[in-house]
Amino acid sequence: MSLSAQDIERIAHLARIRVTPDEVGQVQAKLEGIFKLIDDMQSVNTKGVEPMSHGLDMVLRLRDDVVTESNQREKFQSNAPEAAEGYFLVPKVIE
Amino acid sequence: MSQWEIVIGLETHVQLTTASKIFSGSSTAFGAAPNTQASVVDLAMPGALPVMNKGAAERAVKFGLAIGAKINQRSIFARKNYFYPDLPKGYQISQYETPIVEGGGLTITLDDGTTKFIELTRAHLEEDAGKSVHDQFDNASGVDLNRAGTPLLEIVTEPVMRSGKEAIAYAKALHGLVRYLDICDGNMQEGSFRCDVNVSVRPMGQKEFGTRREIKNLNSFKFMQQAIDYEVRWQIEQIEDGKKIVQATVLFNPDTGETRAMRTKEDAMDYRYFPDPDLPPLVVTDAMLAKIKNEMPELPEAKCARYTSEFKLSEYDARLLSQDRATSEYFEAAVAAKADPKLVANWMLGELSAALNREEKSIEESPVSAHQLAGVIARIGDATISNKIAKTVFEALWSGEAKSADEVIEAKGLKQISDVGAIEKIVDEVLAKSAAQIADYKSGKEKALMSIVGMVMKASAGKANPAQVNEIIKKKLS
Repeated sequence: MSLSAQDIERIAHLARIRVTPDEVGQVQAKLEGIFKLIDDMQSVNTKGVEPMSHGLDMVLRLRDDVVTESNQREKFQSNAPEAAEGYFLVPKVIE
Repeated sequence: MSQWEIVIGLETHVQLTTASKIFSGSSTAFGAAPNTQASVVDLAMPGALPVMNKGAAERAVKFGLAIGAKINQRSIFARKNYFYPDLPKGYQISQYETPIVEGGGLTITLDDGTTKFIELTRAHLEEDAGKSVHDQFDNASGVDLNRAGTPLLEIVTEPVMRSGKEAIAYAKALHGLVRYLDICDGNMQEGSFRCDVNVSVRPMGQKEFGTRREIKNLNSFKFMQQAIDYEVRWQIEQIEDGKKIVQATVLFNPDTGETRAMRTKEDAMDYRYFPDPDLPPLVVTDAMLAKIKNEMPELPEAKCARYTSEFKLSEYDARLLSQDRATSEYFEAAVAAKADPKLVANWMLGELSAALNREEKSIEESPVSAHQLAGVIARIGDATISNKIAKTVFEALWSGEAKSADEVIEAKGLKQISDVGAIEKIVDEVLAKSAAQIADYKSGKEKALMSIVGMVMKASAGKANPAQVNEIIKKKLS
């Protein structure tokens, strides 16, 4: 699979990673390498093998529906760049 | 308008009634101070891992069983990736390829009494995002993550509805059902039950669907109706003007009654779903399934059937009384208090529902309890009061003037006059003044009799037994 420079820009935007025009070529080559790896894996014959969604063959452990957490807001917000009136503050976002 | 067909599908986010969040032990209680119910998992602190809440899985299964759906005993959680400040992980945990519930459906009843089966595509478990506030701080948005991680069941229909009325009827039926099952509190103001409505139009007879627009986050049935009506008109006008509909997400503005595009799907998000490596498959064991089946309450469909067979109610009345849990509980409480079921149905769908609508109250807030209504009906049944007087008694109970029907009847002297002598006396007085009507009646005008009966009822202040009045007048004039 070959990727265009536009594909790279789009993927970078979706991942919120800044890729400068100089870096596009480099990233493109690396990503194509990864896609090549995926293509190689796709070519393995998996006929008769049930698809797995997870690397480990185990099932989800379920916990009882009980409240076990208490309010630790002060602690958590001491780590935040900005907080006020109990809220985490972020640059203004308006849709 | 008639040459256009409306196509509607709904996606409803139902907040589950668990005490704790879907992947953490934080409380889900509504209204707490910002960020006081957000733990390391909800905040996406590095290294924090999700642990699935059994209660959320059970509620999803309960729903699936109630709508006759296929329960996937092995379902898979996936990451839905997008960036927004109220989604700290950068992805929402949801289900994509294999949801816990697939297929099934529910029957809706329209105002004209016709019914329609609405097929569901799926229902999947997911976590809610946090909340952003944009107007509280000058140059910043505030983020409250109390809601982040609250369990949701997203219920998706096929695009099978053909009018706004059908969509509302479906939303109401679904709302009734989740409350019956006690898997959601149904509180629309608090956002426990939110509907996204997909609307498109197409020329009547065309097979292909038109381009749809999605109206997001409708939190009342009234707004839903207004939003759909506006959206349908808008789409038809666009097409008739030769313009194309562009797939978009729109918001409804209750103040203007209009819908407006929030974002077009052209720059739409690519969510890049993939199975969440933190969460192996969710398995619903046979034992869990059997236990939930055992605990299923009587559902609206079954109740409706029972009301028609056991109480001989009409299909229409039975549906209205069984559709929501509170209404059915009120009805059954009144019947348990020995009131005639048919009269209870008439009163609930007539006087009571009119009074509730007038004061915008829900049946849980009714000032007249089921027991009090049963008391009113009992006094009609034993001929203590007429139907008309019963309405006066009902109103007195509604306004809180008295605690029981008997108290009102006693205090206001409303007891029906069934004493033949007393009625005859009033009849004689009226007849003495009604020569013209008597002559009309004798010449064969049945209507004249009604007018005499009316005068007698008036003279008795509505308290004479109407059947007896009728009989006595006829006897005296024969």
